[in-house]
Amino acid sequence: MRNIFLVIRREYLVRVKKKSFLVMTVLGPLLFVAFYGTVFWAAVSSVDIKTVQVLDESGLFRNKFKDSETLKFEMTDTSIDSAKAAFPNSDANALVYIPANVIKSPKSVRIYAAKNVSLELKSEIEKVIEKEIEDIKLAEAGITHKILEDSRVNVNSETISLSEEGEKTSSSGAATVIGGICAFLIYMSVFIYGTQVMRGITEEKTSRIVEVIISSVKPFQLMLGKIIGVALVGLTQFVLWILLTTALTSATSAVIASKMSKESAQMAQEMKKAQMPNQGLPGGNVDNPVAEVLGAVSSLNLPLIIGCFLFYYLGGYLLYSALFGAVGAAVDNDADTQQFMLPITLPIIFSFVFAQFVLRDPDGTLAFWTSIIPFTSPIIMMVRIPFGVPAWEIALSMVLLVLGFMGTTWIAARIYRVGILMYGKKVSYKELVKWIFYK
Amino acid sequence: MNIIEVRNVTKEYSSHTALDNVSISIPKGCIFGLLGPNGAGKTSLIRIINQITGPDSGEILFDGVPLNPNHISRIGYLPEERGLYKKMKVGEQLLYLAQLKGLSQREAMEKLKSWFIKFDIKTWWDKTIGDLSKGMQQKVQFVSTVLHEPDLIILDEPFSGFDPINANLIRDEILELKQKGSTIIFSTHRMETVEELCDHIALIHKSRKVLDGAKREIKEQFKTHTYFVEYKGHLDELDPIYQILDQKILEDGYLRSNIHLDGEANSNALLLNLLSKVEIRAFGENIPTMSDIFMKAVNEVPEA
Repeated sequence: MRNIFLVIRREYLVRVKKKSFLVMTVLGPLLFVAFYGTVFWAAVSSVDIKTVQVLDESGLFRNKFKDSETLKFEMTDTSIDSAKAAFPNSDANALVYIPANVIKSPKSVRIYAAKNVSLELKSEIEKVIEKEIEDIKLAEAGITHKILEDSRVNVNSETISLSEEGEKTSSSGAATVIGGICAFLIYMSVFIYGTQVMRGITEEKTSRIVEVIISSVKPFQLMLGKIIGVALVGLTQFVLWILLTTALTSATSAVIASKMSKESAQMAQEMKKAQMPNQGLPGGNVDNPVAEVLGAVSSLNLPLIIGCFLFYYLGGYLLYSALFGAVGAAVDNDADTQQFMLPITLPIIFSFVFAQFVLRDPDGTLAFWTSIIPFTSPIIMMVRIPFGVPAWEIALSMVLLVLGFMGTTWIAARIYRVGILMYGKKVSYKELVKWIFYK
Repeated sequence: MNIIEVRNVTKEYSSHTALDNVSISIPKGCIFGLLGPNGAGKTSLIRIINQITGPDSGEILFDGVPLNPNHISRIGYLPEERGLYKKMKVGEQLLYLAQLKGLSQREAMEKLKSWFIKFDIKTWWDKTIGDLSKGMQQKVQFVSTVLHEPDLIILDEPFSGFDPINANLIRDEILELKQKGSTIIFSTHRMETVEELCDHIALIHKSRKVLDGAKREIKEQFKTHTYFVEYKGHLDELDPIYQILDQKILEDGYLRSNIHLDGEANSNALLLNLLSKVEIRAFGENIPTMSDIFMKAVNEVPEA
């Protein structure tokens, strides 16, 4: 046991003391924060109000267009020709023309703009018009007020379920993001740290120190020590990333917030000058999306997700690093690893590809099976967990993963023990199988 | 008392037999030469003693007890293929290897200090192994092999890669370790080293032990009962018990002959015989060198 500990300590310290570890540790959160900051900044600073002129000949839409945070509607009563002529000189970004016969020919609605209007704006306008026309047509079709009321009730009760759905979508958005991040982190770490185990073993083999070491330590202890040491390096990296990211993020948010409060104050003043207090952009509003995200996140079972993440990170890493280790022991140098890498990397890459589908359908058959099979479960199960997975499925998948890595470790140890002392020989798959069954 | 008793050890690999029913005794406190051509099975035997691999059959006793993991800390092993962690610092690396052999950090530190002073390598502590020359790396590795003061030191071709000065330094260290009571196993095919240092030898050829025992006895056993003489004059009509094997003219005009003596004849009688006939410059017994013995023993083994 003492020896395993010594091996773990060496493997850990050697890697943590490396400059590249330090660089990655600092660079990771910096990149994240830079990305996050840029996105946030861009989102905040590009909030400008678009003005849309509405020329409503039908007179049906007088108060139907509601101003939003980014849209301001102005009604005009001039003729279409003069409106069109005046449009280039006005401040408006778009001009909506609703002809008198809009109910008969809804397709005659026109949107004029200097540049192409955004899809968002277009659908917003269309929605309002469609809704209104629908209402009118329903009434025309003889649907009485009462029926309408009744159907409204129906619609209403549906709206409740819809709004529930809406709640679910908002948290399923968060689930998607978190599931995606977890899957990506596990995918990356299995690759990065698995390869590190492989390299480490090949290095020991090519530098021939392995013979000295295994005259003091059992080959299995050496392999296990290395795998655990590297796993701890990974965990250290994650913890440092989380701490640094949190610190940096809160610092950045503070800076952004202070900047924004200044700006919104300025904006408010400008708006006062323009005497449009109603359209003011209240500073508090900006916090709302953040609060929304936080709310959505807190609606997820975070302790379960973090716990499972650690479990599946370790499980997936142990399963694959043992196999990577076996490859490292079987070859003489890094260049020869390629031929054995494919069968190992394939399931990892597949899981990452499957993850995209599973994100869309977290309860499907594909999702179920791939989250149970140990080779894909570390990534797929982490994608599913934020959406909620029955406990028995998690338990089954965990048990199988534990069995899986015990199996791969056993196989790896058999290959390792023979491989590390085998020099100058090109190894084939057949040979590897033979090694496994050596007494 | 034997520190190592190899009893009927057989080790087979898928394609060949590395050791075939080998039994060897290694007495405590000696320098033991484990000889044999390349691929004879020396390394397999050494790996079994180091518990890197196990024998298929047979057993090994260490100090009278079947080999077990507790013996690891009592063995120091310098493999033929030297190697250290290239990117690790000398000091850290030696500390690590010493701790794997069961020393505490403090013990290891103390011992390392004295070795660093002895070898005058104090400035190396913080150097990276990869920055040292090959000879320097070998020195570091030698220190790591003997640092924990093992009872049994196994050295596989210990002098390869050393310049004569450092080879001498290492040789003196080996003799000192022997003085202190360690047993040393040399695996080598350099016969001059064996001649100089070993007390006992075993010769392995084609997976079998073909020869073992004290070096002195083996030399006795391989004696050819021939004497050489360098002389001027005519050497003929000797007593028939003296058989002149050859005659060779040396560069300076002297002649050199090898003479074989029958069992009961002795060298004094031969010398008297010669004195009356020729002018003798040199006379002596042909004692087989280890190299002769090696060649002879290996060539005598029938092709398996």
